[in-house]
Amino acid sequence: MTGTYQKPLPVIDPGSEPFWSAAREHRLSIPLCLDCDQYHFYPRELCPHCHSGNLEWRDASGKGTIYTFTIARRPAGAAYADDVPYIIALIDLAEGPRMMTNVIAPDVEAVRIGDAVEVFFDDVTEEVTLPKFKTA
Amino acid sequence: MARNAVIVGVGDAALEGGRIVGGGSPLQVQARAAKMAADDAGISIGDIDGLAVAGLWGVPGPGQLATITLGEYLGIQPRYADGTNIGGAAFESHVAHAAMAIERGFCDTVLVAYASTQKSDRSRQLGGRPSVLTMQFENVWGVPQPVGGYAMAAKRHMHEFGTTSEQLAEIAVATRKWAQLNPAATMRDPMTIDDVLSSMPICDPLRLYDCCLVTDGGGAVIVTTEDNARALGKPTVHVRGFGESHTHWHIGAMADLARVAAAEASSKTAFEMAGVTPDDIDVVEVYDSFTITVLLTLEALGFCKHGEGGEFVSNQRTAPGGSFPLNTNGGGLSYAHPGMYGIFLLIEAVRQLRGECGERQVDGARTALVHGTGGTLSSGATVILSGD
Repeated sequence: MTGTYQKPLPVIDPGSEPFWSAAREHRLSIPLCLDCDQYHFYPRELCPHCHSGNLEWRDASGKGTIYTFTIARRPAGAAYADDVPYIIALIDLAEGPRMMTNVIAPDVEAVRIGDAVEVFFDDVTEEVTLPKFKTA
Repeated sequence: MARNAVIVGVGDAALEGGRIVGGGSPLQVQARAAKMAADDAGISIGDIDGLAVAGLWGVPGPGQLATITLGEYLGIQPRYADGTNIGGAAFESHVAHAAMAIERGFCDTVLVAYASTQKSDRSRQLGGRPSVLTMQFENVWGVPQPVGGYAMAAKRHMHEFGTTSEQLAEIAVATRKWAQLNPAATMRDPMTIDDVLSSMPICDPLRLYDCCLVTDGGGAVIVTTEDNARALGKPTVHVRGFGESHTHWHIGAMADLARVAAAEASSKTAFEMAGVTPDDIDVVEVYDSFTITVLLTLEALGFCKHGEGGEFVSNQRTAPGGSFPLNTNGGGLSYAHPGMYGIFLLIEAVRQLRGECGERQVDGARTALVHGTGGTLSSGATVILSGD
């Protein structure tokens, strides 16, 4: 698939590498603070809740609910033109943090705030896998 | 010996069809706007000893070291430089910072300037931001920027409070009515709520006429001491209170999408400093990147209760002749929106307080509130101004 995927890819850096490596292995991995016992996302060097550096990567359940979303009727650039209408959503993960992603549904018009969703992994290139969600 | 900060000059570039009349680079346009503001104040460009420039201008390199670039271009070696860029709210923060610097005696006369030629350059697009650093967790999902984030906020507000698309459309229509009274506004054709509701869908629930324009633009504001202003014999507009805050960059990091915490914080600080309440404000100029921006901001500033913004803006309350004069130049929705719009909020508030607004003049405008919003409901900066 490399070379044919025209959409933006993450520019992976040392802080984000564990997340994207896990995704490549079809795991949704997010940091847990061992001091305040709260997860966060996106991954940071210090816990944004208590500012501790005592963090550990943990696999998340991959389950969540839709906090809010939009249906893009116009594409975010030409690479997305064939996808409209498509959903960009903020998912409240079961572990607590909120994550932007795409929700794939049989009928985008039927999607609602509060819908339960579950992660799936889209291997868009050999190097990059995007964790997307589908309605449960 | 009053060193209280006052705004003493404003200037803005004339537009035709959303483009700078006579054309020009962002530096040329800022120079022209600065000259207009200096002439308005009755000072020389050489009297300026502080520069506040947000830059960007769609130009990497010089656009990122904006005060240095513009200082050289204008031939100014400032004692005070403020390159703060918190998005469209930058200019409100520039006035706030300038007031602190001037009142401290750090400098005497600050030029705040901005220009963009994005319309002429055809540089605006919905995608294409680089997926580096934290943007790698947002950009890969194809979210049209910045409308997608605002759309998600609108969706959430509708979910929680029953806010409707018709209520959002009320804002677009009322703002257009103000633009019809402003010869300088870009969009002046009549608009109805049905026109808004039948305009092109962009990102649910927002449609084309829920979105600000994409235009060029340039503006300048000059802040100095009250003593200087008195000596110049110019009408003074006092900087009575200000505040600023920001809460997130990514919309996914905004704790509550139906509540703008940055605007709540910045306006609380500003109201306390000015010693006034929302009831004391005669004219309100708030950032209208999208209709939902206005609704959320009015709630956050305390003009209505949280969740009641939809009801508040109904029945054309914010239109000319309504009880709540809002965005009286036609706003970003109908006047102009050159990437970062916040400087035009200040310019219009100053003109209203000086009674220079002709057909759109708000009777008895003595106290104005200006509120800029930047990013994706990310930053807020509030300035409260009053006339003599």
